[in-house]
Amino acid sequence: MSDAPQRDKTRILDAEAIRRALVRIAHEILERNKGVHGMAIVGIRTRGAVLAKRLAAEMQAIDRHSVQVGVLDITLYRDDLSRIAPNPVVHATDIPFDITDLRVILVDDVLFTGRTIRAALNALNDLGRPKMIQLAVLADRGHRELPIRADYVGKNLPTQRQESVDVRLSEIDGIDEVLIEPAQLPERSGGRP
Amino acid sequence: MTTTVQDVAVSPWMRKDLLGLWELSPDEIRLILQTAGSFREVSERSIKKVPALRGKTVVNLFFEPSTRTRTSFELAAKRLSADIINIAAQTSSLSKGETILDTVRNLEAFNVDIIVIRHQSAGVPHAIARKSAASVINAGDGSHEHPTQALLDMFTIQEKKGRIEGLNVSIIGDISHSRVARSNVWGLTKLGAKVTLCGPPTLMPKYLDEWNTRVTFDIEEAIEGADVLMLLRIQHERQESTLVPSLREYRLRYGLNAERLARGKPDVLVMHPGPINRGVELDSSVADGPNSVILEQVTNGLAVRMAVLYLVAGQGRPPAIEEK
Repeated sequence: MSDAPQRDKTRILDAEAIRRALVRIAHEILERNKGVHGMAIVGIRTRGAVLAKRLAAEMQAIDRHSVQVGVLDITLYRDDLSRIAPNPVVHATDIPFDITDLRVILVDDVLFTGRTIRAALNALNDLGRPKMIQLAVLADRGHRELPIRADYVGKNLPTQRQESVDVRLSEIDGIDEVLIEPAQLPERSGGRP
Repeated sequence: MTTTVQDVAVSPWMRKDLLGLWELSPDEIRLILQTAGSFREVSERSIKKVPALRGKTVVNLFFEPSTRTRTSFELAAKRLSADIINIAAQTSSLSKGETILDTVRNLEAFNVDIIVIRHQSAGVPHAIARKSAASVINAGDGSHEHPTQALLDMFTIQEKKGRIEGLNVSIIGDISHSRVARSNVWGLTKLGAKVTLCGPPTLMPKYLDEWNTRVTFDIEEAIEGADVLMLLRIQHERQESTLVPSLREYRLRYGLNAERLARGKPDVLVMHPGPINRGVELDSSVADGPNSVILEQVTNGLAVRMAVLYLVAGQGRPPAIEEK
């Protein structure tokens, strides 16, 4: 993957902006929940999982208490499995603790139609009964198809429906940035709805 | 670049059916094993069910007796939220003279999505797969292939040893009649294992040139240096009695006991596809000993079959009743 943004893409957030957004969200989460006690952070694969780890590290730096982190794969809960072929590759869910009675902070990179979050809520429901679930996203680009909203938002991005928002994180992509790609480009393979 | 989260770029599954390991590429085998690894976690939850195959119908069509494989497929389908029906040949219209193809056409008329089939003749699943819009999974055809058994064996080896490539795997027993041996040979050699076949000359296939394996008739040789010992069941109900003089004779020459095991690598894995003939191919002290992973094979079989059902379900077309 090339490190330099291509001509037709607009960079909305750079590494510093992403870092600042995560620090602010970490503060907001701690403020609203009065610390990390009884809390767990669960990131949605793949980039939400990376963001969850970063958020946990920021929160630990502020609050001096560590917080449990898990990774959720929502593939088996997608609502379009019977409509797409081939079936997408399944990765493991890795939540090595019981989420029952915890405050779960669900983390994803982009909030779009809301269908991924719907799948994640069902997946969490099968793993236990959290006391509460809150949603944190790096970018909210609108165009919801379900009654879902985020509790913590890094950046609100007004977009057209056909545009695509590309979040790149150094752990996976070698660079931290958020790009908007214009319409008519083919969708990223393996992308979620 | 540090990768903390797995984001493996693998090409997706493109086959309607799983008929054998012979035709699969190494990458296709790796995709199944990787997917099985993801599914294993589901069976460790308190709610052991995911909605991935909700609304799909799976048929277990078994022309040979089976407990382990049939139950494993049934549980795998249920944990994926599919509906499953079991048809045993002895209790179906097949005993009234209906042909297999007619049975399959009737199942298709019920709009089933996946047919899991076991048959005593090689090639029956392949014939049905060509005629049917439903996905077909081979659960054992004669002495030909038993792909999900080999996949769960490979999954278990990979879990225990961390790899398959470069390992010495010895398969010991009735190679000639064994579909488990054939599927394992194709799968293991494709992933780079070195396979040794061991058994009495009467139970060794005649044409082994394209198998790419070492052959020995001496079990001591098969044990020496092996990372995995895969024992096969002596199928005394299936073979002509003249191939082995007696079960006692077989045990003396080819049975795995504690004394023989002690001469192998200390961390050698002992595997068996079941059901075990205790005191024939495998002594109880070995079957229940620290080297045995036989029950883990059963646990892993569930994850592998969930993976296979999930993957082929993505390629099945909505079945249509054939015109004509």
